[in-house]
Amino acid sequence: MIPARPPLAKSPTGIQGLDEITGGGLPSGRPTLVCGDAGCGKTLLAMEFLVRGATRFKEPGVFMAFEETAAELSQNVASLGFDLEALIAAELLVVDHVYLERSEFEETGEFDLEGLFIRLGFAIDSIGARRVVLDMVETLFAGLPNPLILRAELRRLFRWLKNKGVTAIITGERGEGLLTRAGLEEYVSDCVIVLDHRVANLVSTRRLRVAKYRGSTHGTNEYPFIIDADGITVLPVTSLGLQHIATTQRVSTGVPRLDAMLSGAGFYRGSSILVSGTAGTGKTSLAGHFAAAACARGERVLYFAFEESPSQIIRNQGSVGIDLAPWVQQGLLQFQATRPSFAGLELHLTTMHKAIHGFQPQIVIVDPLNSFITAGNETEVKAMLMRLLDFLKLSQITGFFTSLTAGGSPLDNTDAAISSLIDTWLVLLAIDAGGERNRALSILKSRGMAHSNQIREFLLTDQGMQLRDVYVGPGGVLTGSARLTQEAQEAELALSRRQESERSRRELEHKRATLEAQIAALRTEFALQEADALALIERHQAHATQAAQERSQMALIRHADTAAADTTDGDDTAGRQP
Amino acid sequence: MTTPADDARTPPDQDSPDTWTLRLYVAGQTPKSITAFDNLKRICEEHLAGRFQIEVIDLLEQPQLARGDQILAIPTLVRRLPEPVRKIIGDLSNTERVLIGLDLLPRAH
Repeated sequence: MIPARPPLAKSPTGIQGLDEITGGGLPSGRPTLVCGDAGCGKTLLAMEFLVRGATRFKEPGVFMAFEETAAELSQNVASLGFDLEALIAAELLVVDHVYLERSEFEETGEFDLEGLFIRLGFAIDSIGARRVVLDMVETLFAGLPNPLILRAELRRLFRWLKNKGVTAIITGERGEGLLTRAGLEEYVSDCVIVLDHRVANLVSTRRLRVAKYRGSTHGTNEYPFIIDADGITVLPVTSLGLQHIATTQRVSTGVPRLDAMLSGAGFYRGSSILVSGTAGTGKTSLAGHFAAAACARGERVLYFAFEESPSQIIRNQGSVGIDLAPWVQQGLLQFQATRPSFAGLELHLTTMHKAIHGFQPQIVIVDPLNSFITAGNETEVKAMLMRLLDFLKLSQITGFFTSLTAGGSPLDNTDAAISSLIDTWLVLLAIDAGGERNRALSILKSRGMAHSNQIREFLLTDQGMQLRDVYVGPGGVLTGSARLTQEAQEAELALSRRQESERSRRELEHKRATLEAQIAALRTEFALQEADALALIERHQAHATQAAQERSQMALIRHADTAAADTTDGDDTAGRQP
Repeated sequence: MTTPADDARTPPDQDSPDTWTLRLYVAGQTPKSITAFDNLKRICEEHLAGRFQIEVIDLLEQPQLARGDQILAIPTLVRRLPEPVRKIIGDLSNTERVLIGLDLLPRAH
């Protein structure tokens, strides 16, 4: 009877997330039951299955509607981006509205649903459909008499669908103690998907669960899903896996001295950064610095604000010297401001996904992260944030998150318990000392870099965040006026040292001058003595010469003995007696 | 394929406002459809003698009509004229209910 097909052949639904949960889609060539309360999205899921089948997988489909008319259907799903008319015109889709009005019928004797079979068979054959949806087929029970015949005919219908080899979705409304009012699960037993629509904490959440999938493993959890302008998105709770690429590229924090603390270069691109701190410690200012620096580099920044409006953020950042307005005008910075309570987590996550897809930023800022948390939804928030972080990492987007730490709780505590997902974690502290409250910053962790271990005081000045030098006193890091006192003392000490060395240099100079004067005086004295001595020697020589001359003169006058003269003045005598 | 309809077309004056236009939808010559046709013909001849027209539609031959006429159950008898449209499903074995369905007997019986 059933055409032979490979075991576990699956038809992808094309619905984001659902194919992940079911391991590839719905069972091919078999009917699947989709059930749930009114308004939980059954019809839409079924319609998206057909639309995706027609547009992506070349599998035309037949939609048999037992409640809504074709016009209503195409109007309803147009808001989700499905153009049924175009698909119908392209012979990829047939929408057949089965109109049943109990009061118009009279039953007299035996009947069967051969008309429905013929009708469906004709629709399938007319476009070569591979997919079929029977939307709210149970309304037959209200519209036609004789439930016994109907049951038998429905059983025959599902068997007939299997024989046709079409992949079918049958939707049904949840009944008392049964998955569907008419107990359709009795006939459709290959795959059952249960949809749910629950309100918790005033926020409604849609959930999907694969209750049964014969012959296949499947995710057994309840998965939140959302319906928006792009159809259905199921969010598998579990992560996609850790396959993102880690770059060594760095991005500046926008605060030069903070970059220096992060081994000189700032954060890693594509990493997740958490800034946690108590109220008023400057988390948003740090985010502003980061955003402004990124925009100045020409990067795009998407800023999700959950506490302040964009204009409030821009004004407040302006007060600490960060001017974000030009970047917004240039289209490099985009704000997405919503109240956390505006929508359920899933819708938030999906809105964020879409905004990120649309804007293609390099940096995403979420300020603050923990505003989503209300009583009792930590696991969901964590799951959601994990999805967001995974998505950002896969897209190589740097994620910058702030987290408000409640007063009194440990600093390394985040409400969302996402610390393990974070690569770089900065903690902003308020240090109470000496009757003051001062801000300080430390790096709790930063994966993959040699970061500073110091607690640094910083000031929020009108030129932005300024990290101060570190002064460690007896009671820890000195901050505020204690630091100023310490700074003054150090300055004084330095001044006196400088003065002292100046003085000793002057003394030395003086000594040198004195010594040199002494040397000069000695030289002068020596020169005098030398001159005297030389003069004396000269005088003595002159005297001796003169004496000799006088003697020879005398001898000449006296005509002294030549011999004697010869012996004494030989030259003169010889000269005169040629 | 010949259906019982071929020899049932005995419209005396088709345009008369009094003429009933009845359509019987069947799927092949099944025992149910033959029974239904026989029952219909008998009832019409008894109660609408000379002013009825029966058209038998075999959906196996004209499957596209099932959608246009909103046919699910087989056999289905549709009273197209006089208006409003009435539908009776089944093999028409309960004459009284057929008459009620065709407004030939008051409902609050």
